Amino acid sequence: MADASNSQPAVPSPKPHAAAPGHGPAAEQGTDRLSPAGKDFLAAVQEALKDFHPQPGALFDLPQVHVESKDILEVCRRAKTDAKLQMEMLSCLAAVDYKDHLQVVYFLYALSLGQTLVIKTDLPNEAPRLSTVTSLWAAADWYEREAHDLFGVVFDGHPALTPLLLYEGFEGRPGRKDFPFHDYQEF
Amino acid sequence: MTMTNVHTNIAADAHPVEMLLNMGPQHPSTHGVFRLVLWIDGEKIVRAEPHIGYLHRGSEKLCEGEQYHQVITLFDRLDYVANFNNEWAYCRAVEKLMGLTVPERAEYARVILGELNRVASHLLYVGTMGLDAGAMTPTMFCFRGRERIQALFEAVSGARMMHNYFRIGGLKEDLPENFVQMVKDLMPLLRQDVEESDKILTFNEIFLARLKDVGAISPQEAISYGFTGPCLRGCGVDYDVRKAHPYSVYDRFTFEVPLGLDGDCWDRHWVRVQEMYQSLNIVEQALQQMPQGPVTSSLGRRLLRPPKGEVYVRGENPRGELGVYLISDGTDKPYRVKVRPPSFCNLSAIQHLLQNAWIADSVIILGSLDIVLGEVDR
Repeated sequence: MADASNSQPAVPSPKPHAAAPGHGPAAEQGTDRLSPAGKDFLAAVQEALKDFHPQPGALFDLPQVHVESKDILEVCRRAKTDAKLQMEMLSCLAAVDYKDHLQVVYFLYALSLGQTLVIKTDLPNEAPRLSTVTSLWAAADWYEREAHDLFGVVFDGHPALTPLLLYEGFEGRPGRKDFPFHDYQEF
Repeated sequence: MTMTNVHTNIAADAHPVEMLLNMGPQHPSTHGVFRLVLWIDGEKIVRAEPHIGYLHRGSEKLCEGEQYHQVITLFDRLDYVANFNNEWAYCRAVEKLMGLTVPERAEYARVILGELNRVASHLLYVGTMGLDAGAMTPTMFCFRGRERIQALFEAVSGARMMHNYFRIGGLKEDLPENFVQMVKDLMPLLRQDVEESDKILTFNEIFLARLKDVGAISPQEAISYGFTGPCLRGCGVDYDVRKAHPYSVYDRFTFEVPLGLDGDCWDRHWVRVQEMYQSLNIVEQALQQMPQGPVTSSLGRRLLRPPKGEVYVRGENPRGELGVYLISDGTDKPYRVKVRPPSFCNLSAIQHLLQNAWIADSVIILGSLDIVLGEVDR
């Protein structure tokens, strides 16, 4: 018994973390879950955004494009103003930490078409910078402050990138994967 | 750690003739822990600065450390007056990712509980709105009605709030034997409660004077701020997730989406009151159609490991569209959960709405947005 337990490492060595999802072309989800209307819409999106070489894809059943981070403001402006896209609403803005890079995900919604468009862009882990889209959607104001608070993404041109959810003087980026899980800071 | 003194800084850049007024964080009219700093010139608000985050518990990060079923309890605590609706949106996200089908009976039970939760939440809103406007009596009526619903929820799930009753793939357990009869007995009482609160408040002369033409927002601005739910429909924009992207069994019911005209506080109030009637209609239809049968899919009770992938679902909460962005890396815990809380977007317009408003209206405007700080701060 003792021998058997000795032969096993006391603490199982942590398995290398499974490759983060959504990263790289291999993990890119196919567009086969898109509805016919969604596929047509994705084609229209590619046509409207062709100057920015978007990589088409699908976030489960939602049309999605992946663009360069430097183009994000222009891509968003085109998505909002193009007559075939009409993305009037910024539904959600999410930052995701994939350990080797950050990803910012924009969920745009066209009320008149009932279509959602997901725009993804990758950022480096160190000093992530991105153009603000507050000039297009007022909702971006708080979303960007939140992403700055929790993930440290700096949005260039944001009117006031002050702490929103965290208090002034908080150190660290609690949304990131390397932030200790059960750590407390004295307020 | 360095802590900057916020008060000193604010005082330094206030204009000499302007007075600085601090509301909250502990203030009954802020509906939670929410701080509002107002720069006022006489009775007029020159500038308003909202401060949120007092209730920030890092719920999204906590989700990453819990197994898929355990996350449900965290969603209970986001919008803590509409718990069922929160649990529902999260469960739907995981179910969609795994391709689970929920048994019919569970879907109907979710609709009934979710819509009753909407009524309870709106009743709470109407009561506190009355308080904000200076009326004490409607609060008593509204809380009486809400208490009836919560007693039913307790009979179903064992808890008045924080039910933790929905499960991925169905429900925790079947509804109580006499559930249908209980709800049927409850319906006339609830209708009476809603009507009473409607009659005493909605077209009351003082109430109208306090709410009409106060805090108006145009449809374009509302869309830009990401308004959803009654706040958006108060502007006349016809967007209801239950109609635009029907989920669960909502396509089997007939109900209307009440729309306002002017986008002011009273229109938002009116939309919520009308929504209660519609919700009760949906409950009545669902009670008639609800079949017998299982309430959990076979996978529901196991340790879940959804396939790698990501999904975004939206659901119509009492406050608007609740979005859940869920990323799975194939393990038993979510890789990332991002919540799109409706109150967060609705509240972000407060600075704009309070610009050039009267101090007396600030409480009304804030109340009409019907925020729950639990989901604003997460």
